[in-house]
Amino acid sequence: MSSATFLGMPPFPEAARSAVEDSRTRHNLHKATHTIRGKRDAVVGELGDDWQRLRAEGEAVKTHTLRHLDHYLEKLEESVRRAGGTVHWAADADEANAIVTRLVKQTGESEVVKVKSMATQEIELNNALEAAGITAYETDLAELIVQLGEDLPSHILVPAIHLGRAQIREIFLDKMAEWGVPAPEGLTDDPRALAEAARVHLRELFLRAKVAVSGANFAVADSGTLVVLESEGNGRMCLTLPETLISVVGIEKIVPTWSDLEVFMQLLPRSSTGERMNPYTSTWTGVTPGDGPQDFHLVLLDNGRTDVLADTVGRQALRCIRCSACLNICPVYERTGGHAYGSVYPGPIGAILTPQLKGMSSEADRALPYASSLCGACYDVCPVAIDIPEVLVHLREQVASTEAPLGEKALMAGAEAVFGSSTALDAAQRAAGVMRGAVPKHLPGLAGKWTDTRDIPDIPEESFRKWWNEREEGR
Amino acid sequence: MGGSRERVLARVRAALSDVPADEPVERHPHRSYADGHFEGDTLEVLVDRLLDYKALVERVPESELPGRIAAALERRGAARVAVPPGLPSEWLAEASVERVGDVPDAPLSSMDLDATDGVVTGCAVAIAETGTIVLDASPDQGRRALTLVPDYHLCVVRSDQVVDGVPEGVRRLDPARPLTWISGPSATSDIELNRVEGVHGPRTLEVLLVEADG
Repeated sequence: MSSATFLGMPPFPEAARSAVEDSRTRHNLHKATHTIRGKRDAVVGELGDDWQRLRAEGEAVKTHTLRHLDHYLEKLEESVRRAGGTVHWAADADEANAIVTRLVKQTGESEVVKVKSMATQEIELNNALEAAGITAYETDLAELIVQLGEDLPSHILVPAIHLGRAQIREIFLDKMAEWGVPAPEGLTDDPRALAEAARVHLRELFLRAKVAVSGANFAVADSGTLVVLESEGNGRMCLTLPETLISVVGIEKIVPTWSDLEVFMQLLPRSSTGERMNPYTSTWTGVTPGDGPQDFHLVLLDNGRTDVLADTVGRQALRCIRCSACLNICPVYERTGGHAYGSVYPGPIGAILTPQLKGMSSEADRALPYASSLCGACYDVCPVAIDIPEVLVHLREQVASTEAPLGEKALMAGAEAVFGSSTALDAAQRAAGVMRGAVPKHLPGLAGKWTDTRDIPDIPEESFRKWWNEREEGR
Repeated sequence: MGGSRERVLARVRAALSDVPADEPVERHPHRSYADGHFEGDTLEVLVDRLLDYKALVERVPESELPGRIAAALERRGAARVAVPPGLPSEWLAEASVERVGDVPDAPLSSMDLDATDGVVTGCAVAIAETGTIVLDASPDQGRRALTLVPDYHLCVVRSDQVVDGVPEGVRRLDPARPLTWISGPSATSDIELNRVEGVHGPRTLEVLLVEADG
């Protein structure tokens, strides 16, 4: 029952090379990302011109909040306390893990049920709890699959997206018994049967659990309300039945007012699962006597976020609401999968968030800003309009301007030799649509490793952005 | 602990040195988007969206509600039904079921709830455009566990509780109350991103949409 870690993974070019050779993973990813793209397009299209208005409002709310984050953090703290919750502050992962471990130990329990949470993945909370003799049970279906398989998450929304139904069946049959209720004999790979097996496996655990750990999609400063969006009901189970609830929330998750949720409750479900609304959303404000956990702790997590905030170009990455639309649209992600990024935040958002959070001290983190063709599709689909290509280019400039290991230096030198400057490289690649046929099939320098193992994706005649704009004009 | 609070806040302030000191902290948004995004009858849209997410739905004249509740429970084969403390007594007047009451002084345990066949509640708000029903733990809905553990949820929605879109729904809700937004039965898309209904929450959601007798 050990938990895997991203620590020590090879840098993106090397990891990508082996990832693209895995044809089964590529097949799974292609199928999944294309399915979700279609669903997203349909439900975003339903909102017509309003989608761009909502997107602009989402961007404006988040940008404003970040520019006054100290004010809103203090306001949130006061609101949560007033509603009966306890607020803790964690400067880094170690501190957050120590706080959660201490809180769990104070309850006298040795197991916790978990709602899917990127923040707790980021700080590797499960490993810290395990070291303290506490078993953390992941209850989201995809997180459960990853945990049982001693695997790593490869997608923000669907961490087991790299696995197909047959592989999931094998993991359930092999591993469920080690953790609790075994998989039924004769389990098929029908998704309904697999979901049923997960229900049976976790049912008794939900009913007996005394402590839950969650993250939050949003934290509302003026009311002190926390919000969790989910599908399966595992979130509701964890947020409702236990006696103690500990929520680990990044400091960038704040929105100023309750009414701001009207924007994000339209943007997030449509962008992430491609639904008009996700099946379940829970909101809670401190403690409600007689209903749900009577002991509530909010752990506010920095862990590098203030470093991101300090970069006036890079700070926009903190607007991210973790929808995964940028992963699902990305031609690089579709071919390499999430593991190659060596981070809990894969794909385009991971390529700008991870190096900023971790500080680009390792070769792996410094390689991430290059894990992109700068095609711009990620920006087009982002519900809070994060200009990911702009930040990628900005980070490449930072890598190039510091005393970098030879690989990155060589990359920038190679790129500059071809395109003149990194800015020109950006412009040239964005203009690639009009240069079809003129684009080299191999990229120079470090990126050449990336093209050693595959063809550069065909460049469409018409860019997504161009298509989108024309489509919008035609309405 | 206090040390980290000050440390994080100091880091935030240092990171924001580019923000002009006189930039207003409070924001007064001028929201340009619409409250709803469909044409047609609000109740019809709600029914359409609920069906799309695999809920069972019936439109019911007010005078027939007790009979239709009884019929739904009988169809379901529900014998023991969890009942929130403030459920209008006439709603179950015609149902021949064992009522398992959940009251603040003697709340049912999770195991008790698991042993029921379903639960009957009202709701706070329904949002037509997204097919969403919101519970706010009022007495006709009960605490959150009541609508979570039983495998069947029969929810009565009055037509005056239905709004067009999300903004109006948010305006009607009180964030101080624990809220559960429900859009169809529990589901997952975690296996190959195909939606499968029925995981941990109630696997069957049935909605009775009540309109004044005309």
